[in-house]
Amino acid sequence: MLGKLSLSAIPLDVPILVGTFIGVAVIGLAVLGAVTYYGKWGYLWRDWLTTVDHKRLAVMYIILAIVMLFRGFADAIMMRTQLALAYKGNPGYLPPHHYDQIFSAHGTIMIFFMAMAFMTGLMNLVVPLQIGARDVAFPFLNSLSFYMTLVGALLINISLFIGEFAQCGWLVYPPLSEMQFSPGVGVDYYIWAVQISGVGTLLTGVNFFTTIVKMRAPGMGWMQMPVFTWTAFCTTVLIMVSFPVLTVTLALLSLDRYLGMHFFTNDAGGNVMLYLSMIWTWGHPEVYILVIPAFGVFSEVTATFSQKPLFGYKTMVYATCSIMVLSFVVWVHHFFTMGAGANVNTFFGIMTMIIAVPTGVKIFNWLFTMYKGRVEFTAPMHWTLGFMITFSIGGMTGVMLAMPAADWILHNSLFLIAHFHNVIIGGVYFGYIAGMGFWFPKAFGFKLNEAWGKRAFWCWFVGFYLAFIPLYVLGLEGMTRRMNHYDNPDWYPWMLVAEVGAIVIALGIVCQLTQLYVSIRDRNLPENLDLTGDPWNGRTLEWSISSPPPAYNFAVIPDIHGLDTFHTEKQLGLKAHGKPLAPIHMPKNTSAGVFIGLFSFILGFASIWYIWWLAAIGLIGIVATMILRSANRDVDYYVPVSEIEHNEEVYSRRIAAAQAAE
Amino acid sequence: MKKLWRYLPALPALMLSGCTVDLLQPRGPVAEMNRDVMVAEFVIMMLVVVPTCAATLYFAWKYRASNKEVEYLPTWDHSTAIEYVIWGVPAILIALLGAISWWSTHAYDPYRPLQTADNVKPLNVQVVSLDWKWMFIYPDLGIATINQLDVPTNTPLNFQITSDSVMTSFFIPRLGSMIYAMPGEQTQLHLLASESGDYLGEASQFSGRGFSDMKFRTLAMDPAQFNDWVEKVKSGSENLDDTTYPKYAAPQEAAPVQYFAHVQPDLFDGIVAKYNNGMMVDKKTGKVMHMQSASNAAPSDTGMKE
Repeated sequence: MLGKLSLSAIPLDVPILVGTFIGVAVIGLAVLGAVTYYGKWGYLWRDWLTTVDHKRLAVMYIILAIVMLFRGFADAIMMRTQLALAYKGNPGYLPPHHYDQIFSAHGTIMIFFMAMAFMTGLMNLVVPLQIGARDVAFPFLNSLSFYMTLVGALLINISLFIGEFAQCGWLVYPPLSEMQFSPGVGVDYYIWAVQISGVGTLLTGVNFFTTIVKMRAPGMGWMQMPVFTWTAFCTTVLIMVSFPVLTVTLALLSLDRYLGMHFFTNDAGGNVMLYLSMIWTWGHPEVYILVIPAFGVFSEVTATFSQKPLFGYKTMVYATCSIMVLSFVVWVHHFFTMGAGANVNTFFGIMTMIIAVPTGVKIFNWLFTMYKGRVEFTAPMHWTLGFMITFSIGGMTGVMLAMPAADWILHNSLFLIAHFHNVIIGGVYFGYIAGMGFWFPKAFGFKLNEAWGKRAFWCWFVGFYLAFIPLYVLGLEGMTRRMNHYDNPDWYPWMLVAEVGAIVIALGIVCQLTQLYVSIRDRNLPENLDLTGDPWNGRTLEWSISSPPPAYNFAVIPDIHGLDTFHTEKQLGLKAHGKPLAPIHMPKNTSAGVFIGLFSFILGFASIWYIWWLAAIGLIGIVATMILRSANRDVDYYVPVSEIEHNEEVYSRRIAAAQAAE
Repeated sequence: MKKLWRYLPALPALMLSGCTVDLLQPRGPVAEMNRDVMVAEFVIMMLVVVPTCAATLYFAWKYRASNKEVEYLPTWDHSTAIEYVIWGVPAILIALLGAISWWSTHAYDPYRPLQTADNVKPLNVQVVSLDWKWMFIYPDLGIATINQLDVPTNTPLNFQITSDSVMTSFFIPRLGSMIYAMPGEQTQLHLLASESGDYLGEASQFSGRGFSDMKFRTLAMDPAQFNDWVEKVKSGSENLDDTTYPKYAAPQEAAPVQYFAHVQPDLFDGIVAKYNNGMMVDKKTGKVMHMQSASNAAPSDTGMKE
């Protein structure tokens, strides 16, 4: 009846997990209680959970990303603490069974549910606004994508309290992840969490690709698109091409595990290297899926806060596109130590190094954007400058690893770990946080606190170096990744330094939370309010409308005459459009995404535990909801002109008030 | 307190004194090449990274909004000359690194046998990765060990590597390059120890519960000493063959060192063949044969892997 599920699946014997569960339960109950107490369930359901508005989905994505950042970081600091203790016979406080789950969960959560969710959130918020669109091409799919991501995140976190998570790394390499060596449900949690959220990501890719191709404002050709939109476009292409590969790879692994097939098993013709090759065909583009939009953020931030147009816009676009293409021909550099021939290794090594050229060009473009500008040291600009330095160093170690002859000794070492945290924290994370600070006023109508933002930056920046420079050294001292304990006295001091670094990063996260709290508390102070919708003297279309924008974004779709049209018109003092208002066609909110998400969760959870009748209910529920949704013709409405006029008038009055205040 | 600052420049040296930085202190030609390539790359990349970081800080500071002294070009966004430089300089450096990459990858391909000046006869070692220990078979000497690799110095070492469990990676940092150990496959690695010593050997690919203790000592000694060691092992009584192998191959954490005085000759081939429907590669002809009839059966080309 309950498949593999029994009471013994609940890890009551692990105090850390029991404590975590109590913490999560208390916070969860407090949130639910607060929503009930203030009578906000109706509001939450109507205005948020069932929304198809890209701006609200963006906010939900970023909240999910921040919650997942806590989870992923808790894993990180637990690992660092373990390694600061588990030296010379001391077993530390995490036995391998627990520790191995933690490093697997850390990678999976940070990539799929922190970084991907954050990236999708920023794309959701910004892309339609930058291209002058009223929503994305498929608003319902956008809601569905969010729920797929959320379900994946839920599954992976439930594995903490029911059963276990995978113990074979964030990419679950077979044969270790096969039934023979991992008979528990951990790998199944991984497979279902990643598969379900992968559907969401693929739909996001299709959705935003279509949006960017088809829904740009009139006059906005490809070379008039803002750089962030360009980077989002390249990312959607990468998603559409690479995510199906991930889906197939994990599907084959599931066939091995569930139906006893032999794609990646040791015997009967299974081939481990096939898995490695396939997973990295997705995995390498994946890191560019994450970092390319961050490059977009830096481009917008640097140009805006240097009060100059971006240097070499075209170069930037070509560089981004060439990175997009090159990212597909480098995957073998993840396993130079497989024993491939010298020609194969050389090819993939050189292709990898070539990526450094367009990436270097981007850094120089940002450099020359500051040149002869007027650089304002806002918090987003702090993250950008920190990125330029940190990413240059991470790029350098990346090129070192790209050389097969060096990778043969650095592969799987802590040097490698330091390298990819160097580019993912220094590139991806710094970029997303810069983007969050930059576009926060657009989403909410008030700015984030600058002082706490800068404190957060300094903690992250210093903490990063303290935590990861020791890992570079440890790599050179021959320490491999994923070790649980060690005896080498040379490694110990560096592990202590890395622990201090992790604590400083923790302070950075505390500063970010304080920043959110202080910003919300002081949101109505005049210096924090964004009345004009253009708090930074911005260049692109999203700053031409009120903050937060109305549901339909643009009362009148703007006409575009070139790059940064909004900025040019602002400089010339041109008043926007005199076009007459017309009723606006908009999508209605829908609960279909919530229900498909719910049934996907049931399907995933039941399949993990082999509860087949429940899985069938989940599957039937998904299909039934899809049919019902397809049959529903009542999916749109028109915003009447009177409402648009009212909104526009309120906005004009706020601008006038802001001008009067100056 | 102030005096302490004077010693600050000595700090890195102090921290490293007495420490072994394995990858920077190689004990063989392969590891030397690995290090030289790595250091060369570092230096070449530094030629760009240092000026870039310096320029970032300098530009940001010089063109800060409060500095109204300097020129401000609010619409300047293009310069063909600069674009040539920013594409050209990285391209030249990458071309240089690409050339180094081509040369080093070919010259030190792990599959390429090493030769010494005086043509010393290479030592063959068959490596089997197990849960969570290493088995070393010396096929020409008829002995084997677990978790300890003894090798003569200045002798080319020819490793044949496989796994009888999950995939791992065979790595002796101070001797150089690593190669994966995979079940049903045979990979090759060629190393040489130029100095005697006691070097860390490890599995660098995570392989489950006992991974952290999957380490072995690599003892490099001069050939005479090595011969003594071989004799000592041979004087033991433990046998490694089809009947005792399963006992030693069973999963075990932090396995102790063990010596085997006799090894069944085709043991390694059998471990590889186990995952290939009993097929193995005949060393002399390179043909794929069935284990049971390796000596007389007709060659088969069923597409089995080496």
